[in-house]
Amino acid sequence: MGKHRVMATVNGDAVEFLCETGQTLLEALRDELQLSGTKEGCGTGDCGACSVMLDGRLVCSCLVLGVEAQGKTIHTIEGMAKGEQLHPLQRKFLEHAALQCGICTPGMLISARALLERNPDPTEEQVRYGLAGNLCRCTGYHKIVEAVLDAAREMRGA
Amino acid sequence: MIEMRYEAPRTLKAALALLAAANGRAKVFAGGTDLLIQMRSGRVEPELLVDVKGIPEMRSIAEDKGGFRFGAAVTGMELVEHEGLAGMWPGVIDAVKLIGSIQVKGRASVGGNVCNASPAADSVPALVAARAVARIIGPNGKREVPVEEISAGPGRTSLGHGEMVVSFLLPRRPKRSADAYLRFTPRTEMDIAVVGAGVNLTLNAKGVCTRARVSLGAVAERVLLVPEAAAELIGRRVEAQALERLAAAASAACRPIDDKRGTKEFRIKVAGVMARRAAEIAVKRAKGEV
Repeated sequence: MGKHRVMATVNGDAVEFLCETGQTLLEALRDELQLSGTKEGCGTGDCGACSVMLDGRLVCSCLVLGVEAQGKTIHTIEGMAKGEQLHPLQRKFLEHAALQCGICTPGMLISARALLERNPDPTEEQVRYGLAGNLCRCTGYHKIVEAVLDAAREMRGA
Repeated sequence: MIEMRYEAPRTLKAALALLAAANGRAKVFAGGTDLLIQMRSGRVEPELLVDVKGIPEMRSIAEDKGGFRFGAAVTGMELVEHEGLAGMWPGVIDAVKLIGSIQVKGRASVGGNVCNASPAADSVPALVAARAVARIIGPNGKREVPVEEISAGPGRTSLGHGEMVVSFLLPRRPKRSADAYLRFTPRTEMDIAVVGAGVNLTLNAKGVCTRARVSLGAVAERVLLVPEAAAELIGRRVEAQALERLAAAASAACRPIDDKRGTKEFRIKVAGVMARRAAEIAVKRAKGEV
């Protein structure tokens, strides 16, 4: 039956791609749409490196099929900065040196933004639980948590 | 190699027709958080994926007969965010909250958790304690089955060819009723139960337990309903002596394996502890103390 033709909205743009049934949304984003900011860590939904927003839900794109994106709205890391202007979370990650190798960072940022949209004033514990689905093997998390709390403060205007 | 097909039917009838035509070589696809991993590892090789997320009956949450009916493909996050259901069945929500990360709960369904038939599935002991009933449809029509009858051992279910779970009913419950689910894991998040315990009970005006259900996960080849443990609560105040007897009965019902998560001996002991603590939480909730 050949490949599926999928039409979706990614970071506000209408996109179209072809994929086979077994191809994940992660593969479609990276290989068909050349949006390689979303990373593959484990490929089994444990590490959160491939986190994206799918119709407003935080999901692991390695556990979504590309064909499921038909008609859906997806937000990836590429849509986070507005042109040259970084999102406050991105800026705070840099200021706090909240990354080392960088593989977990796009997923961390997507999850952190989802957390702050639900809860603009989280406690440290809430940040840690909110990011529990995102593993980082470099930083020990402390600087990431600090960066998210600092970004939250700035975004609240506190 | 045969190319895998994908279909996203909009009605139960269309889904059943697809399953029937596939002769057992189709997989029902909801959240995919177990299925896609099993496909990638080569453990399952379906010829057809039937994506059921577009079928209204499988995606809705509604009051039904004084309780709640929710679709088998409703996501964990949708359940957690449903205030009515969470208020009536806090123990079921305790369990759903423990399924994986926010990302996983954004996709994973209770129908999938039940049909994946892991003995350690978190939502299953809570559903069994809650007297949840699954609505199953198939080539021979519709049947209603208590959740404890679905698993037939690790990774196996009692569903026949062409059957699928459509929804679950969490029944109406009397006043002063509550439930709780607890599990033991080495970490607080993102882990698989070493032992899980669900307790659902009803108290009378004097604080005496009139109805109880106790269910244990990860201590046998499938989730256990333990009436002997519930019997230690019924007719008594849920206080120290009854709780000790509950714990002993829960431990006695276990027939676990040793594995990397825990030894038999450890699981047997901890099952009693988890059941006792879950009962304590359920009592507090039933009395409106928490």
